[in-house]
Amino acid sequence: MRTLTTRAKVAWAVITVVVLVWALLPVVSIIATSFKLPSQLNLGTFWPKTWTTTNYEQIFAGSAKDLFLPALRNSIGISLIATFVAVVLATLAAYAIARLDFRGKKLILTTALGVSIFPVISIVTPLFNLWRNIGLYDTWLGLIIPYLSLTLPISIWTLAAFFRQIPWELEQAAQVDGATSWQAFRKAIVPLAAPGVFTTALIAFFIAWNDFVYGISLTSTSAARPVPAALAFFTGASQFEEPTGAISAAAVVVTIPVVILVLLFQRQIVSGLTQGAVKG
Amino acid sequence: MTSSAVAPGATTSENGEPRAARRSDRARDEARLGWWLAGPAFVVMLAVTIYPILQAFYDSLFSYRLTAPSDKEFNAGQNYVVVLSDPVFWQAFLVTAVITIITVLVELVLGFFLALVMHRAIRQLRGVLRTAILVPYGIITVVSAFAWFYAFDINSGFVNHWFDWVPGIDPDLNWFAHQGTSLFVIMASEIWKTTPFISLLLLAGLSQVPGELEEAAQVDGATAWQRLQRVVLPNMKAAIMVAVLFRALDAFRIFDNVFIMTNGANGTDVLSLLAYRTSIGRLEIGLGSAISVLLFLCVIGICFVAIKLFKVDLASARGEG
Repeated sequence: MRTLTTRAKVAWAVITVVVLVWALLPVVSIIATSFKLPSQLNLGTFWPKTWTTTNYEQIFAGSAKDLFLPALRNSIGISLIATFVAVVLATLAAYAIARLDFRGKKLILTTALGVSIFPVISIVTPLFNLWRNIGLYDTWLGLIIPYLSLTLPISIWTLAAFFRQIPWELEQAAQVDGATSWQAFRKAIVPLAAPGVFTTALIAFFIAWNDFVYGISLTSTSAARPVPAALAFFTGASQFEEPTGAISAAAVVVTIPVVILVLLFQRQIVSGLTQGAVKG
Repeated sequence: MTSSAVAPGATTSENGEPRAARRSDRARDEARLGWWLAGPAFVVMLAVTIYPILQAFYDSLFSYRLTAPSDKEFNAGQNYVVVLSDPVFWQAFLVTAVITIITVLVELVLGFFLALVMHRAIRQLRGVLRTAILVPYGIITVVSAFAWFYAFDINSGFVNHWFDWVPGIDPDLNWFAHQGTSLFVIMASEIWKTTPFISLLLLAGLSQVPGELEEAAQVDGATAWQRLQRVVLPNMKAAIMVAVLFRALDAFRIFDNVFIMTNGANGTDVLSLLAYRTSIGRLEIGLGSAISVLLFLCVIGICFVAIKLFKVDLASARGEG
């Protein structure tokens, strides 16, 4: 490895600090806000003067409990199911695209691209009306179906790119060596495909977890309302109090798991996103 | 999923058919299996987009309010006349266009810088930098909107106190009471949240630039700036174009941050919010559908311009290049 000059070292140190501040300051600021006493919210300081967990008590046990906890359950359940369905369908489709020769491959990939740029709001109006007529309004299924329009296209793209790189000859090689076709598939292909499927699931989950337009348009109660939509309905403990602290605490609660996932899997996420987007 | 079903040689070959017929049989089997596997995903994608947009187009031709559903009647494009002659629509269109253009330009520069940082970073720093850059990507847009909103808010914010030495900023500045300052914060949060995505696309393009070319240019005495201009950028033109198109389409749909920060007040209304307020807020399905269809046409228009005029090569984005 080349040794760095002092100047280069200083330059990298400065760049690192700048990037870290840019990327993390808004996150740290909402964490700081979430620990402020409601009465000290307007001091204009960055850090809390007195650190308190009042806001967290409010969303987990206090007045905002009935708003936040069902929303958290809805968000986790709906996002997980939408991710699972998308990844299963996309795995089958991506396998066919990477492995089989058939007309219509291009059509499927182009459709996925078209769906991924579709303006969500254009889908919402007709669904809002239809869901009310057929009873899917304000239900889990009523959100899972439109979430597929978000999670499915990117899953197909990412997985197709991953699967194209798998050396499928390994499977035949294993069969030549005496493995049954199922063994060959399980022992040779699954270990190679699994990281791609996992990364895709992670990316699809982030997208479903992030949704706001569907969440706020197609739900009306805590029966199906996900967290991002619920945050917009928080109110203060009294009508003279801003819900700033409770919203910040809830925001932190739904952000921390995602940040941990990013920390653990940054390498996979980067390769998944870059391969799915531009040729791998 | 049994891959053996398509393993070469698995099709019928012992029954003495002519070679060509056997091959086409196999091709047909393979095509059929391909559609069996990819079909469900394909059908679901169409069902969740094509059907709603057709329904929206149909509804947009009627005078249709959910508050008076029995008064639904065909009015032959009257909704479009109403929408297109309403200054509110054009104001929202203009704001959306301005947000799209400014955020995409800023993100392109910032994203390229971040991509370079990730590409060149020394090994000890690479993980830290990459993780930090990914954090905004993982954060919910609504959460990012609240974080930026509270930071700039006149009551709870710290920005006015930190930056009161900047001319024009003082503790009494209410960022969300004016169009310009509101849009500034909205765009800042949008840029913060989505630059990681564009920088990853650019990073993929950057890693495709042949290293030898750059070295050769360096040997020939080209400065860093010249190498960037003459070697790196031309070689990643396709990646840049795809990144810009994706981001532009995404920015054009902006909704979450505007909803949270201003809800369209003080001249910050955008097209998505206008459509939402019309159909879901006021239950004017006919008018709301017309706005939805117009928004959809705008997206098609942007794609058309990008592909025809700027020759964005989507094949390279489709993973086929």
